[in-house]
Amino acid sequence: MGKFMGSINVRQILLPIGQMAIFVVGAGAVCSVVMLVLAMLFRGSGADHLLQTTQGIGILGYTINSLPQVLIDGVTIGFVYAAIALGYTMVYGVLQFINFAHSEIFAIGAFCGVEALIALNGAGHLVRAGVIGAFAYLALALLIGMCASGGMAMLVERVAYRPLRSSPTLVALISAIGVSFALQDVIRLAESLTTGQFYRVMPTFGNFDERLTLFKVGSKIIDIQVKSVVVIVAAVVMLVALNYLVGATKVGKAIRAVAQDKNTAALMGINVNFMISLTFLVGGSLGGAAGVMYALKFTRIDPFVGFMPGIKAFAAAVLGGIGNLTGALLGGMVLGMIESFAGAYLGTYTMGAFGAEYKDMVAFLILILVIVFRPNGLLGEQVSQKA
Amino acid sequence: MKELIKKNIQSLMAFLNRGKNPYFVCCGLIILGFALVYGSPRSIPGFLVFLFAGSSIYWLNLNRAAQLALAVIFAVVLVPILGARNVFYLEVIFQIAVFSALALGLNIVVGFSGLLNFGYMAFYAVGAYLWAFFGSQQPYLLHSTVTTKALNTPFFLAPDYFYLFIFLGVIVAAILGLILGLPVLRVRGDYLAVITLAFGEIVRQLANNLDKPLNFTNGPQGITPIQRPTMPEGILKLFNHIIQPVVGHRVTDNQAYNILFYLIALLVVIAVIVITYRLDDSKVGRAWTAIREDELSAGAMGINANKLKLGAFAVGASFAGAMGVLFAASRTFVSPETFTFLQSVGVLTMVILGGIGSITGVIVGATVVTLLNIQVLQSFSLYLSQLRQSESVIPIIGFHWKNLSNQLDPTKYQRLIFGVVLVLMMIYRPTGLLPAARRKRELGEDGGDAGKGAENA
Repeated sequence: MGKFMGSINVRQILLPIGQMAIFVVGAGAVCSVVMLVLAMLFRGSGADHLLQTTQGIGILGYTINSLPQVLIDGVTIGFVYAAIALGYTMVYGVLQFINFAHSEIFAIGAFCGVEALIALNGAGHLVRAGVIGAFAYLALALLIGMCASGGMAMLVERVAYRPLRSSPTLVALISAIGVSFALQDVIRLAESLTTGQFYRVMPTFGNFDERLTLFKVGSKIIDIQVKSVVVIVAAVVMLVALNYLVGATKVGKAIRAVAQDKNTAALMGINVNFMISLTFLVGGSLGGAAGVMYALKFTRIDPFVGFMPGIKAFAAAVLGGIGNLTGALLGGMVLGMIESFAGAYLGTYTMGAFGAEYKDMVAFLILILVIVFRPNGLLGEQVSQKA
Repeated sequence: MKELIKKNIQSLMAFLNRGKNPYFVCCGLIILGFALVYGSPRSIPGFLVFLFAGSSIYWLNLNRAAQLALAVIFAVVLVPILGARNVFYLEVIFQIAVFSALALGLNIVVGFSGLLNFGYMAFYAVGAYLWAFFGSQQPYLLHSTVTTKALNTPFFLAPDYFYLFIFLGVIVAAILGLILGLPVLRVRGDYLAVITLAFGEIVRQLANNLDKPLNFTNGPQGITPIQRPTMPEGILKLFNHIIQPVVGHRVTDNQAYNILFYLIALLVVIAVIVITYRLDDSKVGRAWTAIREDELSAGAMGINANKLKLGAFAVGASFAGAMGVLFAASRTFVSPETFTFLQSVGVLTMVILGGIGSITGVIVGATVVTLLNIQVLQSFSLYLSQLRQSESVIPIIGFHWKNLSNQLDPTKYQRLIFGVVLVLMMIYRPTGLLPAARRKRELGEDGGDAGKGAENA
């Protein structure tokens, strides 16, 4: 046991946790400061007057009041995006190719996890489960989602990508789009044939909907939903595990070698095809876990649920620097924050002219701007980190 | 086996093209197809024979004048008569025309210059919303909230501005193509594809959300009614006078409009085909090919890649703009639902199925996918719903058809078909069903490296 503990590279565990903490605090701080400056600038504007008359509070006070909640939402969704973005970025690092079907891999994970919980619920297990039991069942659902997604990702790679590996990237990209569309309808077919409905609703169980009080400011309570905590903790654990796998194990070294140069890696005795399959397995299972977390947070899922989070996570991966694991984390966090801020404040600041419905568009705009002006992303290309 | 089939087809073609044979065959096929569709307006095989007969004008070895005469008779006389008899076929052919024009436009961007575009529907949407806004009462509604109530105000513009707006649609879409093209010049390959996707989604979301602060698009409800161009008084009367006995009933106003739109669509498609042909074999077309194959060497040869790429975006977009205007007028209704990513990929599927860069191939692709979409799937759906109402049982497993889920409606599974077609084509035949001659030359008959046929990143 001691020998085993000794072989663990503690640095590789602490480093990503530190990075995540910095990214969360940094992205949150930057966004908050920008928002507060905006609020100052908007004092005396029409939006300010409107708030004064309807809610009896100035725009600055309004912004400060709602800021903590918005930040918490941003962090939660940011972790979900980061988990999905890692799938894109890993595959891109190894194959230099955008795995468009990753959004459906995510959806498959969500559906399998939720189906498992629905089955457990039907058998009455969820109602009887205590707090600990509820967490255990959720962990089981996560595991099922991960297995399903990982397996599917490997299958997709074997069937639709491997035959095209020597073709130009655009050929593979079109194939990936095809897989993505086909999978959407396969999910829909499978779901609607069994019950006649193609969407699913996460059963409510355990104490996930309760709110934990974080701290009190005067009479105002800043609280966080239990499920948000679950999402954050699960995401952190997985991201650390992934970082460890890629950065500190022999398999990770092999994956990095394949990413750097497939031919030389093969000469060194690495089974390239196996490593690529493994990359898809790992990335896919992260996506699957993100799917279950997404279902936990938003409860209702349908076969097309993957498209928006998928494209946003891709935007996050590009924003952070695609092919770069740390970058995906940073990108996910920044995108989650921006989206959360846009959703919360756009409507108020423009007096309802542009509401929260524009938050999706913000993600697209970021995607376009980053690709055009800084295609290497925020963190640039870090070859040593590439996986 | 393959050799044998090839040999047989060759000898068959040789026989068909000998002496006066092609004339007899072509006329015979057309008469047969016409008779079949005329006799049983609901049959799909009859319609397919009719379409096949139409295509035979193209691939049989006729002399130029005869080809032209037959094509005119086919398109301007036979199709409208059948259309008046059964509007559904006219609708199918209209859709084929619309999607052919769209696919040809996308073909210029994807096939000729090798720039993958996933947001192509945005240009179509711009054309459609252009006429939808100016050709309806929407300008009077700018300051009101979303409504579905009918208005008493007159339309904003006179109906015949429609013809002007077809050209305006071309111009506006082309400008939008330039706007998209400008930032995109720095980007290549898969990133370009993603940017165009994002662009397409932004346009759709704008259409969805621009009901406030000013109500431009009426939001998700869409704009309706939209004007159609005026139908000249005499024409309908004349048509009824001559054709009524053939059709078997009086042609109503709506049917006449369908025929009119079909004819306009036909004109646009012919214009598009001519332009595409001329471009393909021009200096510009060759320059596009050069850029597609190797941008660096093309630049070294003195080709201004940026200018030509912008040109490709603009030309491709302009076709879609024109068709958008036509679409808005023919449906008298537009909503953001029509311009989804799914539709963009649908048009891409047509291009890829037919053969990237090949004009005939793209038209065939558009025809096949459209037929599949609105005819084969629909009749399959109908068949399933009949089965559902019947008492029959699948023998061995004892499954009652009436227990079949209502969700199993093949018309809703377009994505599956697009997806599977795309994957299979990419793996087995990336050059498409009817590859472009230039690519075929490059790749030889079997093509050592199959993937090279599609555009290079």
